[in-house]
Amino acid sequence: MPRIGVFICHCGHNIASTVDVEKVAEFAKTLPNVVVAAHNMYSCSEEGLGAIRKSIEENKLDRVIVAACTPRTHEPLFRRNCERAGVNKYLFEFVNIREHVSWIHAKEPEAATEKAKMLVAMGVAKAALLEPQEESESSVIPVAVIIGGGISGLAAMSALVSQGIETHLIEKEKQLGGILKDIAVIGPEMKNTKELLDKMIKEIKCSPKAHFHLSSRMTDMQGFVGNFEVTITGDDKCSEKVKAGAIIVAIGGREWTPKGEFGFGKIPGIITQLELEKRLAKGDVPDNAVFIQCVGSRIPGRDFCSRFCCNASIKNALRIIEAKPNAQVTILHRDIMSYGTTAERVYRDAAEKGVRFMRYGLDSLPKIEKHGDGLSVEVFDETLDDVIGMSVDTIVLAVPMVPIENVKDVATQLKVPVDKLGFFLEAHVKLRPIEFATEGVFICGTARWPSQVSECIAQGLGAAAKASIPIREGKVKIEPITTSCNIGKCIACGNCVAACPYQAIEIIETDGKRHAFVTEAKCKGCGNCVAACNNDAMQQKGFTTTQLSAMIDALVKNAMEASQ
Amino acid sequence: MTEFNPTILAFCCNWCSYAGADLAGVSRLQMPPNVHVIRVMCSASVKPEYVFKALSEGIDGVLVLGCHIGDCHYLTGNHRTAKRFPLAQKILNDVGIDERRLKLDWVSAAEGEKFQTVITDFVSQIKQLGPNPLREVRF
Repeated sequence: MPRIGVFICHCGHNIASTVDVEKVAEFAKTLPNVVVAAHNMYSCSEEGLGAIRKSIEENKLDRVIVAACTPRTHEPLFRRNCERAGVNKYLFEFVNIREHVSWIHAKEPEAATEKAKMLVAMGVAKAALLEPQEESESSVIPVAVIIGGGISGLAAMSALVSQGIETHLIEKEKQLGGILKDIAVIGPEMKNTKELLDKMIKEIKCSPKAHFHLSSRMTDMQGFVGNFEVTITGDDKCSEKVKAGAIIVAIGGREWTPKGEFGFGKIPGIITQLELEKRLAKGDVPDNAVFIQCVGSRIPGRDFCSRFCCNASIKNALRIIEAKPNAQVTILHRDIMSYGTTAERVYRDAAEKGVRFMRYGLDSLPKIEKHGDGLSVEVFDETLDDVIGMSVDTIVLAVPMVPIENVKDVATQLKVPVDKLGFFLEAHVKLRPIEFATEGVFICGTARWPSQVSECIAQGLGAAAKASIPIREGKVKIEPITTSCNIGKCIACGNCVAACPYQAIEIIETDGKRHAFVTEAKCKGCGNCVAACNNDAMQQKGFTTTQLSAMIDALVKNAMEASQ
Repeated sequence: MTEFNPTILAFCCNWCSYAGADLAGVSRLQMPPNVHVIRVMCSASVKPEYVFKALSEGIDGVLVLGCHIGDCHYLTGNHRTAKRFPLAQKILNDVGIDERRLKLDWVSAAEGEKFQTVITDFVSQIKQLGPNPLREVRF
């Protein structure tokens, strides 16, 4: 018989001010297989963890339940605690009575207490059926592949090769540098782009571990963390296969092309920021200019802030004024987002040097007309509460950065998700940034989200650090939430093979019987095959059909008793 | 007669809707206390059998919540969910259980408010439908 210990957390006042934790603990004692039920002030404190370990020892517990906050943040902590007390960490079950009870039913203490009891009963029912699990290990090929030779990819590569890790970089163009090739100066510090890139590339090329695949693309990716096989195809149609332990995605973004906004494409003299960058790099400086911010961003359907455009416009406004001190430069904005201390200082500098900042609203967009050789702009200034007119020769549209066209193809090859806009989706923005849910694949730079150069470099270094962990350790642990097939029940119908998004399942033959077989290292534990199986042969560790059915039964039983 | 207080079960996927439920909690969004969440890794791992089992044993309503289409952390898991549960609703209709007792919806990790709305609306809908007729048999 399992021996279950239930620990209800007060979480200070967070839970205990709404849920009657003592009542819940008393109730837990009446549940089947529960040997001990207690309540602690803070279960996650060293004191609380110690109390749980002591209770495990004294009561010879073999299953532990903590009813507290969310498993998404605290499960690893309590699992480690069980391990310290000699209980397999997968014999731990978490019940969420803070986010899912006390915080959302703050005005209904009685109902909240009842719900907490139900959830604990469901947790106890599942815990009784938990089985000890071992994390399996798999070896790691000590090679990294980086897709994209822009600033993020180069930053990642410099970090990897300096650690002595064999690194392959795939770049679709002939030259490294990505979008920065067209940008001469990086704001807000006004760094020289060429110097930065040349220094970086020179350093990388000094390493014998660095391998470049220029004018090439990834055309296929197979395998799993530690054992990827990437097919690289050059523009000359020659392919080669590279085996790698980790992959870093740094494919960057592209400038959004306006669809006729403000007369773009029809009226000459209206250009995008990147076009201005190219002209400035060649020394072609406008005599006067108007920048219009947030063109194509912060609107319905593309409602994000592209983050770098305000700083880019301020930087270029200053460059124009420095080259031509009499130039008149105006920035029409909806809000200036010059975040960071340097950028904020440069913003003030620009205002002091004569760059005019005017705010417009979405309901009163600036009006642009062709006027002789130049252009006329009319804008309603919200601060002056009046319409201001000006004549200029160049209008610069600050457009957002968007994902590259074939981002979906890359995502499909790598088996990683993108969001609605086409930016790559990390495992968790706060808890697991720059990592994908698919282990061994990492993301950095503007393919993740529009970022400034300094942020791209930081993310590149971060992704390299993350990628080097499995490579340096030489092995990876696989969380035992994988699925497996009960050969006796399997009829080799292949439903699970079709359901698996990771091609982790195949039909094989053992002793003359055909059945499904799961390659554990490829399995990400989604459980899609479980629901696809009509014979109950596929089971997911930690989420077996008996465990979940027992939870439903526990809810039915206890709700029935409560309603009588 | 006391007011009907439904017992509802919700399956939430680990990545989006469970995180959305957590966010609702962190944001202190208040909602009726009738819904009991079971965490699964993906909405597409929820067997329709769980729904049939819950409803046949007297649970008044079942929610299946996943990531928005296109946002699934397992690539296309929720595409299966989106096909599976409308079919499950048809089966419920065929056996004489109101299909509105089963609801499929999408809640992202950033949609605490949507979670609150989905829960509140579903609870009031189940209250309108009244107790699960099978509840009488079981309870």
